[in-house]
Amino acid sequence: MSNRRVIIGDKEYQIPEKLLSLGFVPILGIAALLWLITGVYQVGPDEVGVVQRFGKVNRIVQSGLRYHFPFPIETVQTPKVTEVKRIEIGFRTVGKNQFRTVERESIMLTGDENIVDAEMIVQYKLKDPEAYLFNFVRPVLTVREASEASLRTIVGRHGIDEALTAGKLMIQEETKALLQSILDKYNTGILVVAVQLQDVSPPKVVISAFKDVASAKEDKNRLINEAEGYRNDVIPKARGEAQAMIREAEGFKEARIKRSEGDVAKFKAMLKEYKKAKSITKKRLYLEAIEEILPGINKYIIPDGEGGNLLNLLNLTGNEKGGKK
Amino acid sequence: MKKLIIALVILFSIVFFSTVFIVDMTEQVVILQFGKPVRTIKEPGLHFKLPIPLQNAVVFDNRLLEYDVPPEEILSRDKKSLIVDNYVRWKIVDPLLFLQTVQAIPTAITRLDDIVYSELRRELGTHNMSEIITERREIIMEQVTHNSKIATSPYGIEVVDVRIKRVDLPKQNEKSIYARMEAERKRQANKFRSEGDEEKQKIHALTEKDKTIILANAYKEAQEIRGEGEAIALEIYAKAFGADPDFYEFVRTLETYKKIIDGNTTLVLPADSDLFKLLGNQ
Repeated sequence: MSNRRVIIGDKEYQIPEKLLSLGFVPILGIAALLWLITGVYQVGPDEVGVVQRFGKVNRIVQSGLRYHFPFPIETVQTPKVTEVKRIEIGFRTVGKNQFRTVERESIMLTGDENIVDAEMIVQYKLKDPEAYLFNFVRPVLTVREASEASLRTIVGRHGIDEALTAGKLMIQEETKALLQSILDKYNTGILVVAVQLQDVSPPKVVISAFKDVASAKEDKNRLINEAEGYRNDVIPKARGEAQAMIREAEGFKEARIKRSEGDVAKFKAMLKEYKKAKSITKKRLYLEAIEEILPGINKYIIPDGEGGNLLNLLNLTGNEKGGKK
Repeated sequence: MKKLIIALVILFSIVFFSTVFIVDMTEQVVILQFGKPVRTIKEPGLHFKLPIPLQNAVVFDNRLLEYDVPPEEILSRDKKSLIVDNYVRWKIVDPLLFLQTVQAIPTAITRLDDIVYSELRRELGTHNMSEIITERREIIMEQVTHNSKIATSPYGIEVVDVRIKRVDLPKQNEKSIYARMEAERKRQANKFRSEGDEEKQKIHALTEKDKTIILANAYKEAQEIRGEGEAIALEIYAKAFGADPDFYEFVRTLETYKKIIDGNTTLVLPADSDLFKLLGNQ
């Protein structure tokens, strides 16, 4: 089979005689077929396909092998809709676990005209692919600028102490809400998934003063704890002492009662005997007592009639005592 | 003859294709007839016009556009200097007006910059610094956006948002803020330490007070208990001894003798006493 040389422009083509004899029809047919095949495309599992027909959005398709009419009738874009994108404000990740702060972004004024150093991560994804693709320019820059503006606006509403401590969570939530409202105002089709304040700290030049406040706070607590310790030592001891005093008194009371009961019992017994023979018993008791008393003491028995002569007696005692010395 | 036909076909298709055009989602188009605008197309899709020498299409962006205004130093009402960095989001809403007044985006941005800058300067000049950096910032921004929107409308432009990205203080003011912050913290630290001392003193004093009270209460209770004991004992004695007071007196007197008379006592007894009367008589 012979080929025929055909010159189109500067180039020379070898076209089989047989094909040429069929005329333009099959060539156009093949070209048309190839053209139609360009309409085959794939939508990944994390993507959606947005198909435009003559520039206007015609349909949005889910993942799988898909077909659209070839260019210029239809075109397709496949944005990733499940992917969560991330923007860093105030710092940049430069390597694994290595960060560089960007002070131009992180240094900001608080509501009480102090300055803090705040770093933030914003995570976002698409909620409306059509809006995301066609409504605005420079998506990453838009999110970044809106994030910075939001964070600064919100930090500007809070005092430095709030920003550094308990207010962090609140700032985070408010920033997220404001950022979302800005992005919605721009009709970006972006959903803010999370706003995370990373590190909120005092600026480096004044950080030592802030640290001293923390240690002063600790000093205060330490003093209080020491004082409490003293109190915990003293008060129980005092309570113990008090209990001892009370127990001793109780003992005294009990003893007093028991002794009185004892005395009374003895008396009652004696009284019973006494009642049987009053005079005899009385005498006996008297004599018993005398027996008990007299043996151990000095006694002078003054005979009758000499009872008034006390002078003798005084001399006697005087001499005796003197003699003993 | 054949060549003429081919030439005519080619010419015809060029003319035909210049009458058909696509307007994308991101575009809007003004049709000019011999340079004179005749209509505006905002609807995306396939559109037709007269072939090229008669009408041509000028395409404009239909999206929200971005303009980052360079940071400017602006004075607040209380004469404080602030470095304000803001950005503008805007769009072309009337492409025909836009084409007639500013023609293209670079010119538009120059106008935008002039207008937004002067609006911002004017608005910030009516507020104190504390208002600008704190609670009124958003209201100020809304006002600037509103005023800029009015001022740019003759250009077919809509200012959607003017937003302050950053408000910073000039370096020397920043230094004075840092000095103030440091002083404030020092004051706080001192306060904490003094409070610690105060608390310590308070606790010590309270402890001493409580201790004294505890002991005094215990003393009181102990004395009461002792008193009760005495009272009960007295009652017991009184009840029993009341049965025969004379005998009690007798017994108790004997008891007392036993106690008070000891080895150091010298007793002088008359011989005619009850005890010794027998002695004398015999």
